[in-house]
Amino acid sequence: MNILEVSDLSKNFNLHILNDKKIEALKNINFTMKEGEIIGLTGKSGSGKSSLMKCIYRSYLASGGEIIYNAKAGKIDLVKATDHEIIQLRKTEITYCSQFLSVIPRVTAVEVVCENLFRAQKEKSQAREMAKEMLEKLGLPTSLWDAFPVTFSGGEQQRINVARAIIASPRFLLIDEPTASLDQKTKDVVVDLILSLKRNGTSVLCISHDEYTLDRLVDRRLALHLGEIEQLQGIAG
Amino acid sequence: MERNDDNWLLRVRNLTKIYGEPSENTLSLTGPMFNSNICPETDSIVACAGIDFDLYPGEVLGIVGESGSGKSTVVKLLYFDMEQTEGTAWLKPYNDGLQNILSESNQKKRYIRNHLMGMVYQNPRDGLNFRFSSGGNIAEKLIMAGNMHVGNIRERASDLLNKTEVPVQRMDDRPSSFSGGMQQRVQISKAIANNPPLLFLDEVTTGLDVSVQARVLDLIRELQQDLGIAMIVVSHDLSVIRMLTDRTMVMKNGRIVESGLTDQILQDPQHEYSQLLVSSLL
Repeated sequence: MNILEVSDLSKNFNLHILNDKKIEALKNINFTMKEGEIIGLTGKSGSGKSSLMKCIYRSYLASGGEIIYNAKAGKIDLVKATDHEIIQLRKTEITYCSQFLSVIPRVTAVEVVCENLFRAQKEKSQAREMAKEMLEKLGLPTSLWDAFPVTFSGGEQQRINVARAIIASPRFLLIDEPTASLDQKTKDVVVDLILSLKRNGTSVLCISHDEYTLDRLVDRRLALHLGEIEQLQGIAG
Repeated sequence: MERNDDNWLLRVRNLTKIYGEPSENTLSLTGPMFNSNICPETDSIVACAGIDFDLYPGEVLGIVGESGSGKSTVVKLLYFDMEQTEGTAWLKPYNDGLQNILSESNQKKRYIRNHLMGMVYQNPRDGLNFRFSSGGNIAEKLIMAGNMHVGNIRERASDLLNKTEVPVQRMDDRPSSFSGGMQQRVQISKAIANNPPLLFLDEVTTGLDVSVQARVLDLIRELQQDLGIAMIVVSHDLSVIRMLTDRTMVMKNGRIVESGLTDQILQDPQHEYSQLLVSSLL
């Protein structure tokens, strides 16, 4: 079964405040993704990787084309779905993990990681236990668990970000550079955690520049160049 | 996918407030296109016009815009603080959403307000009675919502103050002796005392210093998570909107110029004014 079918997707930015300057970020994007597959999105900076991911998550409004997502309740076009439908999908099956952590200032690391569990009405003490387990796996020092992540280093924030995204085992995970500022050992932990999600059926679209991560993690790659898909590689391609 | 669009909590159509006598051209001669909400023919002022939206249970909707854009007017109309010129609003838990709440009698409006809504104003003086103690303020809301048992009321009040981190031993003190952040937390306790399905928050962190602001935001977020209250958050501060809301409407000159998911409004704004607003964010 395909979890995602993207056809003729395009994205243009129309910058009214810069004399209606137009920027073509994506054109003619076509690909499908099987359930439980991990696809690596590659390409130079500015090639459209994040734009593609954001169109799928609907942080960007696509300019044309279709993004058919096979939700538990049936197929839905993420380009045309109502805001309310997107919010429901984000609460229940689609998670996006950006490159940089964005949190409310005075919320502790454990509480940040719990966010998606609380949203799913998980019992609080149980959620906190799961969060601590996850932070332990990712090697975040226990002294930081009750501290505020805004004060953390880049690598520590990254781990909080990844932990928060994967803890509730989303059905479809969009993840941007999950290993970028991590040491080798933590990289392996993150890759293993994502692979264990996959074994439980999660489909993953992952942006990465890191050859090692890509080699270990993805089933196939989708290379973008100047907003277009360049080539398909790998076992399932 | 199954569409459950009928599941709304609050449905608002064509909500309009005009001060002064409008002419038949007032609406077509005002708005963002004219960069004005003053009618050139009659000098009437269009505070807001043609406001349409649906709010779903547990959802947080932001209204953002500059001073005078009409964002506070929208919540004040819905909380019956002022009377609309035109428009309809339905609230699901009231009469199964079949009755326009804006055209109800004052008595029924009071009932709706006391049982189904909460409001937190920018200025705690608007939401709190400064002649009553903080506990008394919460009791007032509970009594109006039909609670009569003094013991229960005191218990509920101390629970709420606990939840909002106001020292319970200060329950019998008047809010005038509290700091601004504490007053705001008492106001929030009062607003949620009746367990409303719908809460309005009008510039609640404006004027608080940043550390207090962060605690108030955290409190609101926690209440939303724990109690699943649907909220309408009015703010000119995009950071507040980003942290609290799922969806956002951008207002200018009394009209909605754009609405969408909050992250979409912030990352891919479509309207010229939203682009200007977002690009001005520090």
